[in-house]
Amino acid sequence: MKPAITVEKLAKRYTIGGADQGTNLRESLVRLITLGFIRSNSQEQTIWALRDVSFSIEQGETVGLIGRNGAGKSTLLKILSQITYPTSGSTKVNGRVAALLEVGTGFHQELTGRENIFMNGSILGMTKKEVERKFEQIVEFSGVRKFLDTPIKRYSSGMRLRLGFAVAAHLDPDILIVDEVLAVGDAAFQKKCLNAMATLRQGARTVLFVSHNLAAVENLCSRCIWIDGGEIRMDGESRRVIEAYMGSMGANDTLASDLDSVENRRGNGKIRYRRIEFLSPDGTPQKVIRAGDPVVIRFHYFASEPILEPSFGFRMYSEMGTFITESSTWHHSIAVPLLEPGAGYLDLEIDCLNLMSAKYLLSLWLTDNTGELLYDNVEHGAILEVEKANIYQSGRDLDSRSGLVFFPQRWDLSGTRTHGAQSPADAARVRESLTP
Amino acid sequence: MRELWRYRELLYFFAWRDIKVRYRQAALGAAWALLQPVITMIMFTLLFGKLAHLPSNGIPYPLFVYCALVPWTYFSGVLALASNSLVNNDQLITKVYFPRVLLPAGTAVAGLLDFIIGSLLLVGLMFYYHVTPRWALLLSPLVVLVMLLLTTGVSMAMAAANVRYRDVKYALPFIIQTWMFATPIIYPAAMIPQKFRPFLALNPCWGMVEAFRACLLPGPPVDLKLIGTSVGVTIAIFICGAYYFQRTQRTFADII
Repeated sequence: MKPAITVEKLAKRYTIGGADQGTNLRESLVRLITLGFIRSNSQEQTIWALRDVSFSIEQGETVGLIGRNGAGKSTLLKILSQITYPTSGSTKVNGRVAALLEVGTGFHQELTGRENIFMNGSILGMTKKEVERKFEQIVEFSGVRKFLDTPIKRYSSGMRLRLGFAVAAHLDPDILIVDEVLAVGDAAFQKKCLNAMATLRQGARTVLFVSHNLAAVENLCSRCIWIDGGEIRMDGESRRVIEAYMGSMGANDTLASDLDSVENRRGNGKIRYRRIEFLSPDGTPQKVIRAGDPVVIRFHYFASEPILEPSFGFRMYSEMGTFITESSTWHHSIAVPLLEPGAGYLDLEIDCLNLMSAKYLLSLWLTDNTGELLYDNVEHGAILEVEKANIYQSGRDLDSRSGLVFFPQRWDLSGTRTHGAQSPADAARVRESLTP
Repeated sequence: MRELWRYRELLYFFAWRDIKVRYRQAALGAAWALLQPVITMIMFTLLFGKLAHLPSNGIPYPLFVYCALVPWTYFSGVLALASNSLVNNDQLITKVYFPRVLLPAGTAVAGLLDFIIGSLLLVGLMFYYHVTPRWALLLSPLVVLVMLLLTTGVSMAMAAANVRYRDVKYALPFIIQTWMFATPIIYPAAMIPQKFRPFLALNPCWGMVEAFRACLLPGPPVDLKLIGTSVGVTIAIFICGAYYFQRTQRTFADII
């Protein structure tokens, strides 16, 4: 059988820099006229988002695509979905493709939920009849039946996500391409979506799944492709590739992440995170954070205009992608009425870091107070490495074999009946005296 | 081409979405489709008909000018909306695949609703002024076809250009204004001296408007050669517009 997706020597180059983005006609004309007289001084840099990528996926395979932010995964998906075209190389796709690069594509605020189901379905390639046939199931899956006839500008972001995924889940394509859309949404819904994708897999559909949730990737996909710096670093059995990938996430010298250079982020950017620092309570940057230490997480930001009621927050994940905890100024009901433009920082003071030694990833969020408007979102924008420590004052340094979290605690033996033996030698004597 | 057929439903959806959204929250709703050309007609009648005494081929001036305004409003209205159709839907273009041409095409289809409403009013006006159409009325579907071709051709070119050069949308209102005066809307073609007419016939809107008027209203015999020139230019524009769109659409998602 012909393979579902074949990619051969794919390369994609972007030019950045200079005044090239959004030129006007006027400038272009001026440049044309003064050609040869005045040299243009805008530097145009080239970025190779993808370089010499080749692979092929058979029908019915479920393949995971992993890699760091900016590695080229999204570019690859865009090329496979025919949204953008390669600079060189070729792709061949055999079968109907549905690409979920973002949930709710085609949603228009003024239209009702019902109307948007049809709009979204049509954009994703369903015919009107198909949508009608599956309408009930879609509404059931999304759980927004009561609001079907309200314009979706009144929906919460969670509802929009559910509706978008509900339509997408009922697409019935030959090839499904999913790009990190599950980063948003609550745990229950994420599980529902993953189950929906697993059902697709049973139906012998081909699935290409991009995610940072490595546990989900390992669960769902038998094969994994690791993309790094625009090239394929590894392609093979999921477990091996994932282990290699996790092993490569190197440690930094100080525990700080510089986010200025990260391109792969969402949000309108009016205010953005610049740097994350981990400090001790007196303000010194830390090289090492140990389990149980008090720590201050400093979020440096830069606002290009005054911001009304922002909410700063983050989500913390284990290396495998398990969601551990989240916190934000919204969670603490802290209202920042108006933030001035310019650089600044926010401190989160943690009294005791109840995490066992392991590597943790932080995804950063900056929204407005309602959660509707997204200013900045960097998935896995910071890495926190926690060292083992004597957390129970027991003389033992415990690590993540004892779990990911621990609680401040003590054991109280006053309810037991002991013989009051104070040392192992005592205990041996008492035991001897007890045996008949 | 085959792909466009497969995506035909999406074309209707885009047009339907445009219409729905335009009328959903508008207080005046469908009335707006009429209000704009009617008010323009009244203003032009007062200014050019009454004050300036422009001739109108023996037909009452309001009817004369309105008949040309109906196809013109369609053309200029769709052009203005379609030029922004790609840029306004940048979220769609960067996330989902569909033939990009469906966006300006959807605007062109959506505009037909206003065109039909305007035409109905035109028919009403014709009754009011007791003007009977010529037999050429039967050719009017052809004229509408030419109108569609022209509008789609220019819209595709402008929409594609606007993605790369964002100031196209600022230049457009000025271009449309000038274009209107170069088209025989407020004045009859007969007013232009013979020797200049061939040049002005290069304006494809010339043919569109003259032919539309000729089908519906009595007047001087129509100069087929001039109309033919305009139609030829229309076809050329359509082909060039389509070609330009096709060539540039590969980069839309990258630069939008």
